[in-house]
Amino acid sequence: MEIIKKIQTRIGAKLSIKGEAEKVFAKTPSSTTFALKPDDFFGTIPKLLKKEGEEIQAGEPIFFSKKVPQIKFVSPVSGVIETIQRGARRKIEKIVIKANASSKAISHDCKNWEKLNRKDLKNLLLESGNWPFIHQRPYGTIASPEDTPKAIFVSTHQTSPLSPDFDFILNKESKAFQEGINVLNKLVDKEVFLGTDATHPGMFNQITAVQHYTIAGPHPAGNVSLHIQELAPLNMGERIWTVNPEDVVNLGRFVQTGQFSPQRTIALSGNSIENPKYVVSKLGAKLQPILNEFKILYPQNRVINGDVLTGTTSSDEGHLSYYNNQITVIPEGNDYRMFGWLPFKDNNILSLSNTSFSRLFKKKGFEVNTNLNGEERALVVTGEMEKVFPLEIYPMQLIKACMIEDIEKMEALGIYEVVPEDFGLIDYANTSKIEAQEIIREGIELMINEVG
Amino acid sequence: MNALRKQLDVLKRPFGKGQKLEKFAPAINAFDTFLFVPNHTTKKGAHIRDAVDLKRTMVTVIIALLPALIYGIYNTGYQYYIQTNTPFTFIDAFIHGAWKIVPMIIVSYVVGLSIEFGFAVYRGHEVNEGYLVTGLLIPMIMPVDIPLWMVGISTAFAVLIAKEAFGGTGMNILNPALTARAFAFFAYPTYMSGNKVWVSEAGAVDGISGETILGSLASGQDVNYSMMEMFQGAIPGSIAETSTLWVAVGALILILTGIGSWRIITGGIIGAAVMGLLFNLWGANALMSFSWMNHLVVGGFAFGIVFMATDPVSAAQTNKGKWIYGILTGIFCIMIRVFNPAYPEGVMLAILLMNVFAPTIDHYVINGNISKRKKRWSTAQELKTA
Repeated sequence: MEIIKKIQTRIGAKLSIKGEAEKVFAKTPSSTTFALKPDDFFGTIPKLLKKEGEEIQAGEPIFFSKKVPQIKFVSPVSGVIETIQRGARRKIEKIVIKANASSKAISHDCKNWEKLNRKDLKNLLLESGNWPFIHQRPYGTIASPEDTPKAIFVSTHQTSPLSPDFDFILNKESKAFQEGINVLNKLVDKEVFLGTDATHPGMFNQITAVQHYTIAGPHPAGNVSLHIQELAPLNMGERIWTVNPEDVVNLGRFVQTGQFSPQRTIALSGNSIENPKYVVSKLGAKLQPILNEFKILYPQNRVINGDVLTGTTSSDEGHLSYYNNQITVIPEGNDYRMFGWLPFKDNNILSLSNTSFSRLFKKKGFEVNTNLNGEERALVVTGEMEKVFPLEIYPMQLIKACMIEDIEKMEALGIYEVVPEDFGLIDYANTSKIEAQEIIREGIELMINEVG
Repeated sequence: MNALRKQLDVLKRPFGKGQKLEKFAPAINAFDTFLFVPNHTTKKGAHIRDAVDLKRTMVTVIIALLPALIYGIYNTGYQYYIQTNTPFTFIDAFIHGAWKIVPMIIVSYVVGLSIEFGFAVYRGHEVNEGYLVTGLLIPMIMPVDIPLWMVGISTAFAVLIAKEAFGGTGMNILNPALTARAFAFFAYPTYMSGNKVWVSEAGAVDGISGETILGSLASGQDVNYSMMEMFQGAIPGSIAETSTLWVAVGALILILTGIGSWRIITGGIIGAAVMGLLFNLWGANALMSFSWMNHLVVGGFAFGIVFMATDPVSAAQTNKGKWIYGILTGIFCIMIRVFNPAYPEGVMLAILLMNVFAPTIDHYVINGNISKRKKRWSTAQELKTA
């Protein structure tokens, strides 16, 4: 394995939180309902193909994207569409499928996929529901099938708090992973970049037909935005695609079997779960049967689809999000702390600021909760965002440009090079409790609507 | 603690959503949140948050100010008793100083916070903690004998014109505390300069000559203080700026906690030292030949550069910009001292001047980043078309 670049950063922070998943697969009963949530597909407006009560096979399309009708979203299991939940203004929030035992699945002809030209391969992936596995930069939306990307990035090293270890998850899948990489190579003119943990590349160093690079440093070192900046900086008008590691396996398995592969391995994590472990499940699985297998420690908890910085709030009744390999459960922090604003008080709360001794304790694994630890205020403190933001971008200035919706400025300051996740640590660390990810997400939505 | 919490919840009920006094919620919340960090949980974005908030940040600044304030209170009494040749104890001096200074602090807080609360209710946002620092800074940089009503008017001017007119905390261009001082300086010059204002009761008691060191130098008199005395701060001057030693302790607190920008402080010291050194080489008048090391320890330079120039809102906001801002503040401070005998203390005007220029400095620093990005775009474009 030849390493083309060792990406190393010192800017950022490793949040040491209790509740990392033990590297063991727990056996859980399989979920009986599965759901697709259109909100998981940022920038996509769904158009339904199925009605409530209709039967559906695994791999059969349920809805497509209104803007790009070729992009179809398929059912992970065979069953019956139980409910279609709608929110305000009849927005589709969730399509719930009740699985049945028939396990009927749609098959595609993938025998000679290597011989297909790029257009036909794209059509095969679009038709079979595999396309949503591919994301694009800028904006972090599902890739547009018309484009040819400058490069494709697969990062197998996540640095976010309690993140899963992909070498462990995919250890036995190296063949499917390699096949998935081969598929991606057919879609790109130049290279597929594969990022691995500098300290333990694991199975990924066997993978060929990729440009290997390694990643070292605190979060957000594992975020693809940083890798793109270091290896193939994104210019205006260019496209770069990104694929999650397990979805590379899903793509590979699809071309091997001809059937849509909805595999999703999740790391259960967080200080509310006793002895968290890994669980193999499927896209959109209901969380309750999985969580029931674990002892939940606190009376009031928050179930998070994803990690504590970027995940979305869910519950027992919720379903696994489409892209994340992690479920985090932490206690709610809805209690008062007397004089908690005094410097150097409550050092049991993890803080990156030197106004707390928490970092000096070098404690392994802090108990965290969802308390805001203050209230939202005007932006006053400067320089703190830069300490956790390794991109060559002025984060506060970009946030301000997004707030005033100054498109020209957002463009000049680098909105094309970021996705909301890059601002997760800024959400966490900033003194004024500014919702940076929300502001950036709204900024990106504005760009999509105004610039495209 | 739980009983108190319950009492507070009962007390707050009429201020709740949809209740009669909802409009005044920011006022009661300001008090409540000083007792308890609220039970608010994260609603969007990251689910966990750092323990730091604006209250903790501002309280850290206040802690950093305390050594200089306490010494300032003592020094006020000390200067008075020394100049009047009255025997005194440490406690006497302290009581005399407190008698003078505590009312000023009260006036500054009452006037400033009333305006802040008013605007918070009017604009419907929570009361920002920034004024806790401003309100303490204002009396600390005034001459001791300034009448209380002047403190009140300067404070009102600073909060209304320098802060709220620009949109409140986080939006102001000028440092509010320095604006208060500048307002007093230009509106009531006789109370803000000369040789009768720097020592308590100097105007009333004959025989007190309370000239500051810089004032003496500007009028061509000799200075009878050693550098050690200047460093310790047993000299006449504005209330809390005289002791470089205790200001340095405050600087250490700010830098170690990361609240004050070490870039601005270091930059300021470098700028002032280099400028002082250059003037030493020139040496055309008393202020020019005043050793560059002494320049660093006399007057309000140390206090200004540590506590006023580092105000994150009115200073430069980029790391590179902070260096430039700090160095230029230092340079201008000494330059104004030396070239303009009417304003022997240059640091106030230097910082206000640099406050105005800070956005411009940031603009050029950020432009560097923007043009780098645009250059990359155009090279990529050329490659594609070639």
